[in-house]
Amino acid sequence: MEALLLDRIQFAFTITYHYLFPQLTMGLALLMVIMKLIALRTGSDRWNQAARFWAKIFAINFLLGVVTGIPMEFQFGTNWSEFARRTGGVIGQPLAMEGVFAFFLESTFLGLFLFGEKRLSKLQHFGAAFMVFLGSWTSGFFIIVTDAWMQHPVAQRLLPNGTYEVASFWRFMLNPWAWLQYAHNMCGAVVTASFVVAATGAFYLLEKSHEEFGRLFLKIGVIAGLISSIVQIFPTGDLHGRYVAKYQPAAIAGMEGLFRTQTGAPVVLIGQPDESAQRIDNPLAVNDVLSFLIYGTKSAEVKGLNEFPRDQWPAPLPLLYYSYHIMAGLGTWFLVLMLAAGLLLWRGKLCSARWILWPILLSFPLPYVANTAGWMTAEIGRQPWLVYGLIRTAQGYSIHVSAGNTLFTLLGFLGMYAVLSILWIVLVYRFIRTGPLAAQPEQAAETLTTA
Amino acid sequence: MGFVWFWIVAVMIAAYVVLDGFDLGVGILSPFLARSEDDRRMLMRSIGPVWDGNEVWLLAGGGTLYFAFPLLYASSFSGFYLPLMIVLWLLIGRGASIELRMHIDDHVWRSFFDGLFFVASALLAIFFGAALANVIRGVPLGPDQYFFLPLWTNWRVGAQPGILDWYTVIGGVVALVALATHGALWLALKAPGELENRARRAAGGLWIVLLLVTFISLPATIAVRPSVLDNYRAHPALFAIPLLVVAMLIGMLSFTKQQRPLAAFLSSCLYLVFMLVGAAAGLYPTLLPSSGDPARDITVANALTGPHSLHVGLVWWTIGLILALGYFITSYRLFRGKVSAEAGYGH
Ligand code: HDD
Ligand code: HEM
Ligand code: HEM
Repeated sequence: MEALLLDRIQFAFTITYHYLFPQLTMGLALLMVIMKLIALRTGSDRWNQAARFWAKIFAINFLLGVVTGIPMEFQFGTNWSEFARRTGGVIGQPLAMEGVFAFFLESTFLGLFLFGEKRLSKLQHFGAAFMVFLGSWTSGFFIIVTDAWMQHPVAQRLLPNGTYEVASFWRFMLNPWAWLQYAHNMCGAVVTASFVVAATGAFYLLEKSHEEFGRLFLKIGVIAGLISSIVQIFPTGDLHGRYVAKYQPAAIAGMEGLFRTQTGAPVVLIGQPDESAQRIDNPLAVNDVLSFLIYGTKSAEVKGLNEFPRDQWPAPLPLLYYSYHIMAGLGTWFLVLMLAAGLLLWRGKLCSARWILWPILLSFPLPYVANTAGWMTAEIGRQPWLVYGLIRTAQGYSIHVSAGNTLFTLLGFLGMYAVLSILWIVLVYRFIRTGPLAAQPEQAAETLTTA
Repeated sequence: MGFVWFWIVAVMIAAYVVLDGFDLGVGILSPFLARSEDDRRMLMRSIGPVWDGNEVWLLAGGGTLYFAFPLLYASSFSGFYLPLMIVLWLLIGRGASIELRMHIDDHVWRSFFDGLFFVASALLAIFFGAALANVIRGVPLGPDQYFFLPLWTNWRVGAQPGILDWYTVIGGVVALVALATHGALWLALKAPGELENRARRAAGGLWIVLLLVTFISLPATIAVRPSVLDNYRAHPALFAIPLLVVAMLIGMLSFTKQQRPLAAFLSSCLYLVFMLVGAAAGLYPTLLPSSGDPARDITVANALTGPHSLHVGLVWWTIGLILALGYFITSYRLFRGKVSAEAGYGH
């Protein structure tokens, strides 16, 4: 039992840490393509310079994504060997495809993008940026297909030796859960990148240094941030919620803190779930809204946790509840902030409105929090299943690896990642301080050796 | 189908060893060959644009192994738990050292990453060699075909082996020397001037050691697992493989003497390939032999996943690999030629 807990903690920690980097690089890849496109269309050197600057930040984050991603790929075997043995025929497939189709693409073209600005034509260099974007978004897709199968298994067949294989490749790839999750998740990555870009712009304007770049960053960050914040909630978040309600009713009950089945179920905006008394303390709730959000009518019945045997409740319940509320609450804040900023931008007043530059600057960590909370919601909501309805989490871990060994490696990861975090902060801060003008094409090759 | 996937996985692992092998070799040699900051920068630049793509072969190979032979992936990865985790940490350290050293112009910062680069590369080479030797020697598979190995026990190849014993240590040393030689030949190809000469001299010296350890490892393998010869006896044509290994060893030396660095480097690539192919040919159809009851061996037959997965796998794998080869050719062509001390790549 203790080994299982440690395996869960180790997986949760390492994946949460890993995802801090891809969420930025995937979003930034899109924004860099847009910057290069504007540069190509207008012939503006400034936008090229901007793309070059973000390429440096991209490269550092990419490196950290790579080095923290490799442990993920191996942990299925090391810590979840029974799960790996039984489902390898299914999820090994997208994981291998990720390597073959996405990582090769991404690593090669990032090399060309960073080193090749002088050797390639303008159009080719834009092409390299586009391929980096394509590679990172393909990588995200295959990972989501993997996770979506665990959330909502489709198209598998049980073999005589007790393992699963894919019965229909296309039904597996076209798993509707995967496409919804992909849309919502990639949009979340764009939110992260836009907030980081906008915050950097706000920083330059507040500091009164590199101001012309500050204005560019703020503009592109706010426009992309506004669009992605809207799409994040509607339609993707909304649809995702309905899907969860349909296929994982216990998860949605836990997310909403709905202990008893109700018609006209309320949405709890704030309140503290009390698992033993099975109620929400100090609730601030709006009646009927949950029923409406899920079923489109105010009077629909929503199943509460009381409908499910205790051993099918997602756990830890409070973490699930809070994660979901943090994600949705932050989503609302992003929308409000970006609507205000967008309005000011439209009126041409954004760059001088210090009262909004400050919240834009300070909000840059929040999308990271929201994305992490979203994943916590998805992954804890799936409990106690490892593959929903097929394999329990307790049946999946490596029984021959002792708790002592797992504790040792967990501590090792904690230590390594603490050091990586410090290096990351130092380097990114230095890049932002030195500013975009320092990023010359030769210098990109001088300092960045990633490929 | 099992035969095809066995060789697909073997080819991907071989591609990883050949490609990332020279990155590791450069790391192993870095403190001995680089005398100045310019030298160090050139070493880094010789692998800078390609090391990450090379490392992807490990991921793609691992993923392919996972999906084609889930039992093998599950059993070996959990059984070799500690060494694998250490490998992961070393890979993190190596990646960080390559990418981060240039960002801050400070001599303590750079020295730190130079040291890390060397230590991580050398230990990775040793671990990979020892891992392969573990697979050849066999592991104490239980009735459920799982096992768990401590890092070491009594250093003997007995019923209770550890990850490290005298045989697997030999494996580690072979890998260390072979990859160092490989890296030296890569540098002889990519580095200019004095660095090139130094690399060539290092390759010459290492070659003698490589010859020695290769010839020690062959009888040691047969002593530890006599059944590796079964396939060879059944198909005598396979004896060509050890002959090719020897031919490649000769090629490495004589091409270096003739100042044909590309041919020498390619000989070294093929040396690594034939060493691995020789081991794989001896193992097939076993994937992970049991050191006790042979009925517990993990074999192609009992580890293979279902037929539909394997069929679609063959389709996308072929497409994906053609694409990947295209990218590799593009990238190695663009960055061909010698590296220079100045920024960017000299033509
Ligand atoms: C910037 C990040 C972000 C923001 C602002 C939101 N989400 Fe989200 N959400 C994610 C980032 C995210 C995510 C990290 O991308 C998740 C985790 C798993 C996934 O596929 O997407 C996710 C999952 C996720 C799930 C699935 C949980 C499960 O599978 O059990 C639902 C129902 C929602 N979200 C709903 C919403 C709603 C209604 C939001 C609006 C207020 C919202 N999300 C804002
Ligand atoms: C970046 C996003 C992700 C985060 C933050 C995340 C978070 C978590 C957390 C918190 C747990 C522990 C749940 C618990 O035990 O209560 C977990 C478990 C797990 N997740 Fe994720 N996850 C992410 C993405 C993924 C993806 C993409 C996959 C599959 C490819 C995946 C596969 C797993 C597995 C196998 C476990 C262990 C079994 C389990 O506890 O259910 N995760 N993850
Ligand atoms: C269990 C889950 C995961 C596994 C096994 C995994 C595996 C990996 C691996 C091995 C790498 C290194 C690739 C290289 O060498 O180039 C990597 C990087 C990456 N991963 Fe993950 N990953 C996981 C979760 C995620 C999630 C949830 C996403 C996003 C949806 C994601 C997106 C990426 C991207 C875009 C990269 C490229 C590096 C970067 O841009 O930072 N991964 N991942």
